[in-house]
Amino acid sequence: MIGLVHYLTVAAILFALGVIGIFLNRRNVIVILMSIELMLLAVNINLVAFSSFLNDIVGQVFALFVLTVAAAEAAIGLAILVVFFRNRGTIAVEDVNTMKG
Amino acid sequence: MSVTAAFFYLFAGITVASAFLVISARSPVHSVLFLILAFVNAAALFILLGAEFLAMILIVVYVGAVAVLFLFVIMLLDIDFAQLRQGSLQYLPIGMVVGAIFLVELILVVTTYVVDPALLNLPQASQAVEGVTNTAQLGAVLYTKYVYFFQLSGLILLVAMIGAIVLTLRERPGVKRQDPARQSARTSETSIEIRKVNSREGV
Repeated sequence: MIGLVHYLTVAAILFALGVIGIFLNRRNVIVILMSIELMLLAVNINLVAFSSFLNDIVGQVFALFVLTVAAAEAAIGLAILVVFFRNRGTIAVEDVNTMKG
Repeated sequence: MSVTAAFFYLFAGITVASAFLVISARSPVHSVLFLILAFVNAAALFILLGAEFLAMILIVVYVGAVAVLFLFVIMLLDIDFAQLRQGSLQYLPIGMVVGAIFLVELILVVTTYVVDPALLNLPQASQAVEGVTNTAQLGAVLYTKYVYFFQLSGLILLVAMIGAIVLTLRERPGVKRQDPARQSARTSETSIEIRKVNSREGV
């Protein structure tokens, strides 16, 4: 019988893979953004699993909001990436030092 | 093993495998395609959990919009990905250590926690009702209790849209563009010149 723990374990593995992906592709912003999407997907699986097993719809409402913010974040991130590529001709993360931050 | 369990292991296995391929694929185009596979299988997991509306939204928003956006950016920018991958393996050990710590901690939490029985008897915020579809239940809660958050998420999307347009809009000098205001301001008096041409003399 598939219980709550199974879904939470899948989400935990997805989240850990997202974290490893950020380290593994440290120079490539596009794959880092994809890793962040994976981590947000893991959070959504957690929310929906708890919503389903506690018989409470609010978890799905919050998963919907997470989805909205993730879509906005991807759009803005890729727009910044396009502008940065136009100015510098590269997307390597260590070259992002224009603002001397 | 019941059919539900078999499908759970199928979808969960493909989700995890394609998530691994997202972070390890050599080409970012392959990464995006595996990301799409991961999202489709996660949507199938949502259906197994009874959240049909979120499953469809996941496919529409992520596969239909976000993944295509990623593909557009990867294919439109002329990026040297081979050069970006150089030296990436030197961060593999630290990444594996941090990821393994995360995984072990999360799995320890999810396999050992105990819910206080008193908490299960608390009145629930929005009890799922039998016989009503998932979409109707979600709408009944989203448009009443959480209507301000719903409006706020719409505002976030508007700000993101305007921000993306403002960031990527570029005015280059020396490019001939259409100017609709000037076009519609033209009249026949300003655009047509009538000359009297004498015969055998030309203009």
